[in-house]
Amino acid sequence: MSEHKQRVVVTGMGVVAPNGHGLAAFEEALRRGTSGIRFHQKLQDLKFGCQVGGVPEISEDVKKSYFSEDLLLAMNASMIYAGIAAIDCWKDAGLKMPTDSENDIDWDTGAVIGTGVGGADTLGELVIPNVNAGTVRRIGSTSVEQTMASAVSARVGGLLALGGQVYSNSSACTTGTEAVINAYFAIREGRSKRMLAGGAEGHSHYVWAGFDAMRVLGRGFNDQPEKASRPLSATTGGFIPGSGAGILMLESLESAQARGAKIYCEIIGGAVNSGGQRGKGSMTAPNPTGVRRCIKAALADAGIAGSEIEAVNGHLTGTMADPYEVENWKEALGVEPSQLPFINATKGMIGHALGAAGGIECVATVLQLSHGFLHGSVNCEDLHPALEPYAERIVRKTVDREIQVMAKASFGFGDVNGCVLFRNTNNGI
Amino acid sequence: MTQTAAFDKVVAIIGPFAKNADALKAATRDTKILADLGVNSARLVDIILAFEDEFNIAIDDDTADKIRTLGDAVDQIVALVKD
Repeated sequence: MSEHKQRVVVTGMGVVAPNGHGLAAFEEALRRGTSGIRFHQKLQDLKFGCQVGGVPEISEDVKKSYFSEDLLLAMNASMIYAGIAAIDCWKDAGLKMPTDSENDIDWDTGAVIGTGVGGADTLGELVIPNVNAGTVRRIGSTSVEQTMASAVSARVGGLLALGGQVYSNSSACTTGTEAVINAYFAIREGRSKRMLAGGAEGHSHYVWAGFDAMRVLGRGFNDQPEKASRPLSATTGGFIPGSGAGILMLESLESAQARGAKIYCEIIGGAVNSGGQRGKGSMTAPNPTGVRRCIKAALADAGIAGSEIEAVNGHLTGTMADPYEVENWKEALGVEPSQLPFINATKGMIGHALGAAGGIECVATVLQLSHGFLHGSVNCEDLHPALEPYAERIVRKTVDREIQVMAKASFGFGDVNGCVLFRNTNNGI
Repeated sequence: MTQTAAFDKVVAIIGPFAKNADALKAATRDTKILADLGVNSARLVDIILAFEDEFNIAIDDDTADKIRTLGDAVDQIVALVKD
């Protein structure tokens, strides 16, 4: 292990989002406020309260351009999204795709790619029906690799011949952001030179059913899908489920410079913690004290003051928790409402992609930071009344703006929190 | 079911699992499914299930264990279809 802390930079990204596959399409969608939320007949047929969701539009031809036929027979939705995003990220980082040669292993690169729920589609469509029918042998060989908690990272490890640590983390809706922070720590400490980091989540009525039964999904806009996901809005009735994958290549500055890699930005701090499910915290609600401690810990890790954060890509799901989140940012950063960093919500366009949310939204954050814009938060024309004091700080229309430090945070079931800080390097590292 | 008809269907079923495309194109009865075609051994159970569906037969584990080459597969399938 190195004796000094390594600086960590982002040198590649890949994204499969409901409103765009690939960095260019996703950035264009963010800038335009394009929604990826659609009505799904299957959800209506199954009598879901929420009948809309965010599903990436990935054609069979696109899948076949990334994966061989036999691989596709053993890949559920989360693995396909993770695989596509990882390969795109790898190429964007300027790395060569490995051959099948037994010696073509990248011993310097690992991966932490998490998922919140994972292969529930495989369980629902393949495993459970066959087990209940007494036809276990007809499950075939592919169920374990699709339902093990590490399914997404394991597939990526093979696709890219990774020789470093390859694992999946899982911390509900914090998963993707936590993965980025874990990779950041691993590289900073010199344990790894490069790591792919992010999250993936498949689309499946089996995944979404439990949330629908909890009555936490929005039900009031089934006939207006693009209006359904409403973070920060007075008329939101819950979040809208999404899916996809977002993966970033984190790399030591030393390694990136040695190979002449392009650098999107630097990661200067991060923190993960829990709220203990005490006080106002519970399995399903964040303890504000925990959230604030997490944000402050990220600031301390970076050695900067709260006032130096110029923009925040919030967790902001479209539930009653949105106003509490904004209040937590104000308290943690120690600023008045009028001085809050600009804050926006990506989920209005893509829904809540659960374990993939942090990964996709970290990609959105880095695109905004490195390309000088802040995307509008769609569907909050009718701002929640509790957010009126922050009205000027909530980004509702896309604007061109150079930001120096931008925060991304995610909060998840289990009362878990993650906050990561990105620094602009457009004017030099 | 003729041997030739069975052989062509067996090759078509195994095709997606074969990593060695050249060996698949040049396949004969003596071609080894794992060693020559580069099929992942874990996938043999999926290939057996596909045989069962295609030929409407049941292949027990002992029979499946005897299949090493394409010819083995064809012989077992033809015998089961005749039964």
